[in-house]
Amino acid sequence: MKKYLHVANIGLQNTLVYRVNFFFRAAFGLIPLMATIFIWRAVYAGKTDAGDVAGYSLAEMISYYLIVTVVNTLTAVTEDDWQIAADIKDGNISQFLLKPIDYLAYRLVLFLSGRLTYTVVAIFPVALFIFFQRDFFVAPASGEHALVFAISLVLTALLQFFISYTLALLAFWVLEVSTFIFIAFAIEYAASGQLYPLDILPPLVTKLMFFTPFPYLMFFPVNVYLGKTNGSELWAGLGIQAFWVVMAYAMARAIWARGIKHYSAVGG
Amino acid sequence: MNETLKRYLGIYAMLWRNSVVREMGFKTNFILWLFVELLWFVLQLIFVGVLYMHTEHIGTWSKWEVVMLFGASHFIQQIFIALFFTNLANLSEMIRTGKLDFMMLLPVNTRFLISLKQVDLGGFVSAATGIAVMVYACRQLGIVPGAAQIAGFLVLSIIGLAIHYSLLFLLTSINFWTVRAQGVVWGYYNLFNIARQPDEAFKGSFKSFFTFVLPMLLVVNVPVRVLIQKFSSPTQLLMMLLMALLCWLASAAFWNFSVRRYTSASS
Repeated sequence: MKKYLHVANIGLQNTLVYRVNFFFRAAFGLIPLMATIFIWRAVYAGKTDAGDVAGYSLAEMISYYLIVTVVNTLTAVTEDDWQIAADIKDGNISQFLLKPIDYLAYRLVLFLSGRLTYTVVAIFPVALFIFFQRDFFVAPASGEHALVFAISLVLTALLQFFISYTLALLAFWVLEVSTFIFIAFAIEYAASGQLYPLDILPPLVTKLMFFTPFPYLMFFPVNVYLGKTNGSELWAGLGIQAFWVVMAYAMARAIWARGIKHYSAVGG
Repeated sequence: MNETLKRYLGIYAMLWRNSVVREMGFKTNFILWLFVELLWFVLQLIFVGVLYMHTEHIGTWSKWEVVMLFGASHFIQQIFIALFFTNLANLSEMIRTGKLDFMMLLPVNTRFLISLKQVDLGGFVSAATGIAVMVYACRQLGIVPGAAQIAGFLVLSIIGLAIHYSLLFLLTSINFWTVRAQGVVWGYYNLFNIARQPDEAFKGSFKSFFTFVLPMLLVVNVPVRVLIQKFSSPTQLLMMLLMALLCWLASAAFWNFSVRRYTSASS
């Protein structure tokens, strides 16, 4: 345990070096978000029947994107997948095979400490942004919702990490994993609810999506926060999310086991 | 004058040949990247589809007009990436490692070389998909643009390209002052995001900022308005020309100012 605390310390120091980059990334990342909010305002303004969009009022729609931003800041994988792929490609993982340290645990600790730094830096632009949109920033629907949201947030982070980790392990077999990472990112962007709330899609599409892990990468926790998921569905959803986390974890372990057999330590 | 132009065209032809040879070395990667670009483009179009499931108009923009806008944006953005983006993104690395010194020693204009050294051929293929979407949107709208509209669109697209180029060049020149500004170039991708939105959706200081400071709302909207004859007044057109000129002058001035201060990385 102590050695992983040490890793966390290294992780914090390493990511602190990138604080300016983190700041730029967080600040620039708000620009498309603002554009999306403007577009939705125009959509609502142009509606002849003055109604809502699939059960979302304008205020709820904007809240949705604000919570997405918060969840994204806290849980998104930024550099970790690239670094893991580079570690494999450059033969850096050889040293982990010799040391009494587990690579997955090592990367997970680095990821979590990186998120911590990122959150601390991103809090300034994000908080400023939310302050400007404060009329639309709502509190969690209830104490229970807040609790489920908090647990779900941790599970989201784990799911994000295990999926990215597994993808990065493709570097055992192919030289250039960046294209695969971008493809996965695109699919996640569309299917997780980052671009729009999933329940404004045709009902059948929404239903089908819930058979995949994607909604649990974003849509589910946001939905919980906003009080759109209620009662027993809260805990059932959490159960399904936990199931996907375990699946992704098992997948990561299995792919690692196969990859390491394939690994030939080029230049290591 | 003519001699200089001829010489530079010759150099540029050589740079093209070099880039083609380079790309041929990584064929699978080339095709995979095309797929990635296509996927993201489709994703943007899906978003338009989702929006218009719930509305008829954004401002006065109808669904297929917005598709037209997204197609045109993709076209301009991809040509920009093909010709300039990779080069400008590399500038921070060249400054950090001192490779820029070597560039400056060559008997060619330095700005020319760092802006145009590499050509990303995939960008032209992706730009073609943007054109294809525009043609389809035209048919859905039931309009056939005349030669004058198409010519106007192309000329304004080049001016839009000049705006993108000047702005990114200006931003990347910040690297002369601090090595920690690599993120700025990648942040530019977020600005592409603004460029493809219908201008009428925006209001207040956000609109002013992205018209008069970073004129993203002019780069694509104005050419498309000319193409589909959606013009109310010539003010926007003049605005775009003026902003292009200002951005160009600003980038040139900042470049000269920065280079004069450049002391090389390693010495």
